[in-house]
Amino acid sequence: MQTRRLFVAAAVAAALWAPALAQEKSIVVASTTSTEDSGLFGHILPIFRQATGIDVKVIAQGTGQALDTARRGDADVAFVHARAAEEKFVQEGAGVKRFPVMYNDFVLIGPKSDPAGIKGSKDIVAALKAVQAKGVPFVSRGDRSGTHQAELALWKLAGIDIAAQKGPWYRDVGQGMGAALNTASAMNAYVLADRGTWISFKNRGDLAIAVEGDAKLFNQYGVILVNPAKHPHVKAALGQAFIDWLISRAGQKAIADYKIDGQQLFFPNADRPGA
Amino acid sequence: MHEGSSALALVLGGDPALYAIVALSLVVSVSATLLAAVVGLPLGALLALVRFPGRTFIVVIVNAFMGLPPVVVGLAVYLLLSRSGPLGTLGLLFTPKAMVIAQALLVMPILAALTRQTIEDLWAEYRDELTAMRIGPLARVMTLLWDARFSLTTTMLAGFGRAAAEVGTVMIVGGNIDGLTRTMTTAIALETSKGDLPLALGLGFILIVLIVLVNAAAWGVRRAGEIRAG
Amino acid sequence: MRPPVSDLPLVFEDVSALVRDVTLVNGISLQVDAGAPTVLVGPNGAGKSTLIRLAMGLVAPTSGRITWGGRAETDGQRRAMVFQRPVMLRRSVAGNIGYALHAGGIARAARRERVADLLAQAGLAHLAGRPARRLSGGEQQRLALARALARDPEVLFLDEPTASLDPAATKAVEDILRAIAQSGVKLVMATHDLGQARRLAGEIVFMLRGSVREQSGAERFFTAPATPEGAAFIRGDLVI
Repeated sequence: MQTRRLFVAAAVAAALWAPALAQEKSIVVASTTSTEDSGLFGHILPIFRQATGIDVKVIAQGTGQALDTARRGDADVAFVHARAAEEKFVQEGAGVKRFPVMYNDFVLIGPKSDPAGIKGSKDIVAALKAVQAKGVPFVSRGDRSGTHQAELALWKLAGIDIAAQKGPWYRDVGQGMGAALNTASAMNAYVLADRGTWISFKNRGDLAIAVEGDAKLFNQYGVILVNPAKHPHVKAALGQAFIDWLISRAGQKAIADYKIDGQQLFFPNADRPGA
Repeated sequence: MHEGSSALALVLGGDPALYAIVALSLVVSVSATLLAAVVGLPLGALLALVRFPGRTFIVVIVNAFMGLPPVVVGLAVYLLLSRSGPLGTLGLLFTPKAMVIAQALLVMPILAALTRQTIEDLWAEYRDELTAMRIGPLARVMTLLWDARFSLTTTMLAGFGRAAAEVGTVMIVGGNIDGLTRTMTTAIALETSKGDLPLALGLGFILIVLIVLVNAAAWGVRRAGEIRAG
Repeated sequence: MRPPVSDLPLVFEDVSALVRDVTLVNGISLQVDAGAPTVLVGPNGAGKSTLIRLAMGLVAPTSGRITWGGRAETDGQRRAMVFQRPVMLRRSVAGNIGYALHAGGIARAARRERVADLLAQAGLAHLAGRPARRLSGGEQQRLALARALARDPEVLFLDEPTASLDPAATKAVEDILRAIAQSGVKLVMATHDLGQARRLAGEIVFMLRGSVREQSGAERFFTAPATPEGAAFIRGDLVI
């Protein structure tokens, strides 16, 4: 790994202008900031490259932007976590087929002082109701990401029309997970985060997990090949190879093996029907 | 400030990934500045010396575009280079080449506007003499560009500084891909958002040192100019 | 390559020049022949500078005609000019002269010797490598002269060349001008310094308020001016 990086450092100027040999076998994957920020790709992609020789270039954006990038044909594969949006993507013909890959869960993060009085709860709906009722600061990603869409769905489950009922306590930052966590840390606010990003996040300040373990906080990831019928330049064979590997035993094991501080972040479930 | 000391440790530790990022930043920004100069310097000289219909309008636009927001340039180039866009077949999006093109567009108005001002001032000074010597139009331009060489070098350094410091353009058209299109500024943005402040700070130190060096070089060039050519 | 045709006589036919509604010269008819230096005298605003600038093509006449050796169109390569305040290129002293030689089409091989000659003529050989802009006023004016001579001119125009110089520098310049005139170059010089006019002129052209009042041999002008204004000017009574 070190040798590879040294080589990159030395050859970067030449690589800029030479007909990039590295691009012979490579794909562009549009994925989410939370997946990137958690460090998962840093772990599994070298394993994939070792096995197939395919270089994966990850563009990390919010789910909404990632799907848009894929829709425009600027990526070969989309790897996001917003099932409804993914299925719509396939339905409209932008993607070939959705494969479930893994899940992690969301956790509600909040200040240790717990002004909403919800720490240790296993009921996310009740917790959100308390946050809204007491008007304690809450940071939302507001960026059409998978996390953002999950947050909106949870407000709906709590019977709260957040668009109408938000007040100055609801801080819509329009940024990725890491940035939202930074903001929550600075403001001592509650924020919904995926466990993966939370575990590897280093700037915690006074924040800790307030609510976890509710089944409603389940966060499923899916991978989709961009439709070569719509974008003929898409590297369909290489992209499918990536998808096949992700759902194969080797890929699923690589995902499960990724740990931070001994904690597993992602749970492979490609074999689970209806995931 | 414990983040500061670990940042310093990272920088001095010679992490190869770190230096790859620095190298890419330099290559992209230097290339972009040179590319911008190829168009910007002659354009500036042209605007300074030739009166043509619509000149005032172009001068105003070029001056205004010195302040182009980088994200806007990034977005515009992204839409151009996207597979669904007019130049999609070139396959340039998310590559260092796209970053160079986008930064060149950002820097070009600066070079053109500053060159125009420099050449205009110099021409006002040289006009009588060069006309009396019957210097033809092309030779005139070459003379002015050469005699303005110290100011023009400072201009180029200003353009480079702008390119090296911006993040919006390269983030959008480059995609901040690890090992391929990650520059100092996009890496700082990423590491900050991940909460890894020591690394972000380390990169920030290097970026600031780079910018200070560029400005010191600009000052040095001016001084050399004053001493050597008066 | 010396073309066979001459740029002289320089003839102004009823030339007027207006710049932004201000009449600088009005209906000038004048002939300048080869030979001894022609010196233009007159108070400020008389139009001396304008006349020279018209001759050099720096200003276009609003009406009238200027001809050179009978021709209206010339390439102007045999004419050179020295300004009151010379502008030095941002190069060395030798570089400035080399530039003028290059502009005059002299090939690189021949240039070095020529540069040395011109530097010697202007008394600047010891300053060859110095940045030209760091010379004193007098030295810069001598360099301007050397630069003008580099073009091997038939006619050398000078617009108040010593007006900004101290007496020592003025004398140095005048010595060079005398040498140039003796070598066969026609000098046409504007000055407001009567003493200088007496020292250098072969012919005087007296101008007042945009027109030519007198043109005669220098001695004749100074001893017996034809017009009362001319006489007043020589006495020092006519300033404007």
